[in-house]
Amino acid sequence: MLLTISTTHTPATDLGFLLHKHPDRVQEFAQSYGTARLFYPEASPDRCTVALMLDVDPVRLVRSRGKSSPDFALSQFVNDRPYAASSLLAVAMADVFRTARAGRCTARPELAANGIPLEIVLPALPCRGGPELAHRFFEPLGWDTEATAVPLDEGFPEWGESRYVRLRLRGEMRLADAINHLYVLLPVLDDAKHYWVAPDEVDKLIKAGGSWLAAHPERALITRRYLDRRWTLTRAALSRLAELGDDVEEELEAVPEAEVEELAAAAENTEPQNSEEEPVRVPLAKLRRNAVLATLENLGARTVIDLGCGSGRLLGELLAKPVFTKVAGSDVSAHALTLAARRLRLDRMPDAKRARLEIFQSSLTYTDPRFAGYDAAVLVEVIEHVDPPRLAAVERVVFGTAKPRHVIVTTPNVEHNVRYENLTGLRHPDHRFEWTRAEFAAWCAGVCERYGYRVAFEPVGEDDPEVGPPTQMGVFTVDGDD
Amino acid sequence: METTEGPDETESKAKTEAEVEVEATTEAEVETKTKTEAKVKTVSVPAMSLVLLVGVSGSGKSTLARKLFAPTQVISSDFCRGLVSDDENDQSATPDAFDVLRYIVSTRLRRGLLTVVDATNVQYEARKELVSLAKSHDVLVDAIVLDVPEQVAIERNELRPDRDFGKQVIFRQAKDLRRSMRRIDREGFRRVHVLRGADEVEAAELVLERAWNDRRELTGPFDIVGDVHGCRAELEELLCSLGWELERDSRGRAVGARHPLGRTALFVGDLVDRGPDTPGVLRLVMGMVAAGTALCVAGNHEQKLVRALKGRKVRVAHGLAESLEQLAAEEPEFGAAAEAFMDGLVSHYRLDGGKLVIAHAGLKEAYHGRASGRVRAFALYGDTTGETDEYGLPVRYPWADEYRGRAMVVYGHTPTPEPEWVNNTICLDTGCVFGGKLTALRYPERELVSVPAAQVWYEPAKPLAAAKPRRRDPAVLDIGDVAGTRWLETRHGGRVKIMEENAAAALEVMSRFAVDPRWLVYLPPTMAPPQTSNREGYLEHPDEAFGEFLAAGVTEVVCEEKHMGSRAVAVLARTPEVAAARFGVDDGSAGVVYTRTGRPFFADNGELVDRLRIDLAPLFEELGSDWMVLDCELLPWSAKAEGLIRSQYASVGAAARAALPEVLNVLEAAAGRGLPVQEFAGAARRRLDNAVRFRDAYARYCWPVEGLSGVRLAPFQILACEGRAPAITEPHSWHLDLLSRVRSELIAPTRHLVVSPASEESRAAAVEWWTELTESGGEGMVVKPMSYTPGRVQPGVKVRGREYLRIIYGPDYTESLDTLRVRFLGRKRSLALREYALGLEALSRLAEGEPLWRVHEPVFGVLALESEPVDPRL
Repeated sequence: MLLTISTTHTPATDLGFLLHKHPDRVQEFAQSYGTARLFYPEASPDRCTVALMLDVDPVRLVRSRGKSSPDFALSQFVNDRPYAASSLLAVAMADVFRTARAGRCTARPELAANGIPLEIVLPALPCRGGPELAHRFFEPLGWDTEATAVPLDEGFPEWGESRYVRLRLRGEMRLADAINHLYVLLPVLDDAKHYWVAPDEVDKLIKAGGSWLAAHPERALITRRYLDRRWTLTRAALSRLAELGDDVEEELEAVPEAEVEELAAAAENTEPQNSEEEPVRVPLAKLRRNAVLATLENLGARTVIDLGCGSGRLLGELLAKPVFTKVAGSDVSAHALTLAARRLRLDRMPDAKRARLEIFQSSLTYTDPRFAGYDAAVLVEVIEHVDPPRLAAVERVVFGTAKPRHVIVTTPNVEHNVRYENLTGLRHPDHRFEWTRAEFAAWCAGVCERYGYRVAFEPVGEDDPEVGPPTQMGVFTVDGDD
Repeated sequence: METTEGPDETESKAKTEAEVEVEATTEAEVETKTKTEAKVKTVSVPAMSLVLLVGVSGSGKSTLARKLFAPTQVISSDFCRGLVSDDENDQSATPDAFDVLRYIVSTRLRRGLLTVVDATNVQYEARKELVSLAKSHDVLVDAIVLDVPEQVAIERNELRPDRDFGKQVIFRQAKDLRRSMRRIDREGFRRVHVLRGADEVEAAELVLERAWNDRRELTGPFDIVGDVHGCRAELEELLCSLGWELERDSRGRAVGARHPLGRTALFVGDLVDRGPDTPGVLRLVMGMVAAGTALCVAGNHEQKLVRALKGRKVRVAHGLAESLEQLAAEEPEFGAAAEAFMDGLVSHYRLDGGKLVIAHAGLKEAYHGRASGRVRAFALYGDTTGETDEYGLPVRYPWADEYRGRAMVVYGHTPTPEPEWVNNTICLDTGCVFGGKLTALRYPERELVSVPAAQVWYEPAKPLAAAKPRRRDPAVLDIGDVAGTRWLETRHGGRVKIMEENAAAALEVMSRFAVDPRWLVYLPPTMAPPQTSNREGYLEHPDEAFGEFLAAGVTEVVCEEKHMGSRAVAVLARTPEVAAARFGVDDGSAGVVYTRTGRPFFADNGELVDRLRIDLAPLFEELGSDWMVLDCELLPWSAKAEGLIRSQYASVGAAARAALPEVLNVLEAAAGRGLPVQEFAGAARRRLDNAVRFRDAYARYCWPVEGLSGVRLAPFQILACEGRAPAITEPHSWHLDLLSRVRSELIAPTRHLVVSPASEESRAAAVEWWTELTESGGEGMVVKPMSYTPGRVQPGVKVRGREYLRIIYGPDYTESLDTLRVRFLGRKRSLALREYALGLEALSRLAEGEPLWRVHEPVFGVLALESEPVDPRL
């Protein structure tokens, strides 16, 4: 991978002083995953260019990690790291240009303190979000930005563009600032880091971006991406399975949509001027939980199981109400349960509260004795993630075997989708279907007939006179022996 | 030694009701009988039971236990006290110690193990708890009382420095014991064995009584006959059609039968009542049982008839009157013999090493081989709910739906028009006496044979047709079938362990992405490469593969061209009706094609499945089966993997081809300035060349696909069809030959070569073939033993081509072959064997028509194993 920095400052060879690297020498710097080499392909008084070339040894990149690392997957062997400008290059650059990055230069202090004409070229920069994002990131910092997408494969033009851009930045810039911009923004554009994101990353970010990041219009996105990415063992296993199926790991990993909605809300809240005129919109996920909680209380349920609990938001709200003496949550995703444990602070939960909570992995297509014995079961935005041919199995498990007195089912009302401006297709990539009110009603009626329940319907969210509410809720009840 | 007997709960009803004299044991006797002649005393306990040693401290219980039982069978309270306190004599630890003791005893009894409790057990409360523990596991419980003089016990304790408690403790225990002896025989023990005096204790010997129901030594083959109900003529006809030869007495009555092939008949009870000739049926069956050519379990009708014959008050209904009348017409000796025969019938048998259980009304797994009142009640009457249906007949709990046991359970009792397998259980009562038919099951063939009733002998309370068997829902699997750490028994590869975290990952993938489990009958195993080659320029070479099989004693292997596509399993039924009947899939689909992780190939499989059903139709004929499962490769690779190819392979190629020319430019410029970078420039040139080769390697396996046009399927093995699993029984040549006869645009042939690894010449030809194949862009080949080879022999190894390996090891792998040669194959090879064993197990279970959960179990296991971390480049 390659980075070149050129200047047309006169004399251009002063770049050597600023970088503390002599233009006539080839220097090598050992890195943990390979060797960084620095040399000057041109060094005249008019124009001087320094090239930083990092030879990544992909074998070493892999060997240095444990077997449980997510990277013990084929993608780590056939890897763009030897060619692309990633966090590896950012780290190498920070190391090689340590002094310059701090803005120190005893030989030319005034040059280090002021902007000089610079041109930076990265021939293959992974850029998740496309060339447009590179513009959004670099232009507010004063760079004249040129980002050209690299085609994926000339032989298959239908595949379109790759995730790489050839990036050229030009501008009058302090060299130290330029290096810091790259240090933060390379991994952010790549949206992947080669190292574990540890708590001290926050410190590093503040140190490198302190002066300019705070005023950057994209700082929310930059910060989130910079500090993103955590792995667990289960996700590692999942990614291996994805690869075996010739799939891409992201396709397997479905973030619960409530999570997405709330992440988006969180990002919005970080906007400095939250326009006062706009009424505060309660997210739909919150409305759903409110509706479910209110219904459960009206039904007089004391013990509740949340089937498909995801990261456990509803569990937390159920636990907060002492009227629910027993609360259980289960999900098929072990990763979701890890998130739930973290959200609910299971490790620090007082014994009395902990005793009311049960949390376990399970699947709704397998009968499970642990599902039985609750007053009510709730399936919030769950059934639409089940392939239609498997719905019968889910019905049997929930209504036939677990058979709680009440079952609450919520699912999107597809009629309402026309009210979402930018929505194309279904609301979530993992949805296997979305039903109209009539389709949902028909399914509910079938369940009632097969399993002896009766059902009542409630709207969740604004009940649009034309297309109905965004979420539909069915409340099933069976009359028991007692 | 005296033996006192309490109410017996062994299988024999005669014994259960026998009044046994209880020899009184008086205090005086305990005190006076201190010296007796040392005689060999025999203590006889059931082979599966709980035995309580009863005696004061120092009476010699531990010594006796060591002598009579295996160390692991004896659980002593001292030992448990030590476990929880590090001090065997810490009396304050006693409650906790007994918790541990109860837990161990309970676990052993659940697992059906003989267990001995070595504790004083001199108090009623202590014994009562253990007796009820035994009952809760439906095992018999015996007591062995060690009745030695107090002085002996005291002296022994004094010799032991760790026992510092005083005499008064012994006196108190002895007093408790004396009090106990008055009614110990009424505490629920099957037998109380009393050993009097130290000599008798010392001389005691053990005899293990086999349970009445334990006939595991009989391995068959068996002919299992359903409820006869006095239909003698039909029984005779059925036996004849099964090949039995009847023996008749001088009056022409059938009094026995013998099978020329030495088969044994098993009767599931209800021989009597309702029908025209109950005595005739009894005469025949009694003769067979006496001659050892048949076994018979008790039915509820025998039970009731015996009670009536004994003069008990019973309601004469359900055909009892007919039996009583018919028996009254016989000679009195026959009546007495019949009564004794029926009275002695046990409630169930375990046969064939535990693989087969017969009981009149079936038996859940926890009761197999057990003995108790409720076990007998279950076996005779079934699991009744206490309710009655609209015909006044008892509603039965569908225990078979939840049955997950390994043993096949064959039973009768509930008339149904057609016998139906439910979770490895089958009811053979096809209502002969009601005008249905009399049915037998051949074991182990699993073949049903029946003869129609000559007429309606008895009007049923509810019409036979109304007794439609409750359809089990084949879609229902239980979490217990797959979750947690599990050990799966396979017939071709021993026991395979599935780790909990791998099962957890598989549960998610299975639930969210896999095709319907009813279709998901198999997942292919992973395949290992051969040992790494040291040949210049190569990582893998056929020589190592041939060498490996030669060393394993394989005389013939087949080399199959490895199609670079995506592994696919095709399950095809001739019609949607076959799919519904055989796979329980009732949505009108007639097949599925899925990936090696069980995901559907295309959003809509229908067109591909329909084309395959048409093009492969001749195979249905050829195989004599309405369905089949094929192992295939689906081409092109890009049809399924385009996302992966684009995001991973093409991306790497794009980055390389964008970056390397510029790297080369700056290096050449630097060289032009006289900087010493020639070496790096050379390397950059080589890497650019590698990047181009890498791009060509993946691009070869990509071509555009429009609907089905462009898609090809290369089947190379017929995994299973009705009644058999050719993957196990047939050589690869059979598969390839059969499949090569298919003429279809959709079907791609698999080029192959048969090689004998021992022949230099044959090997050389194969190497040449492989070289040609891979140099012209082929992925490589798979080398497999021609036929299924038992033992730890790989079912196949893949030998991949040099250019293809760039996709696996990275564009520049040829630059660092020496480093890459250090690769660790052991894990991959072990994984391949384990997954292969599970795959074959799934196919065997499928071919034998085992229930869904049994097929799903090993399939799920393969998916779970696939999530184990293994170097993915292998």
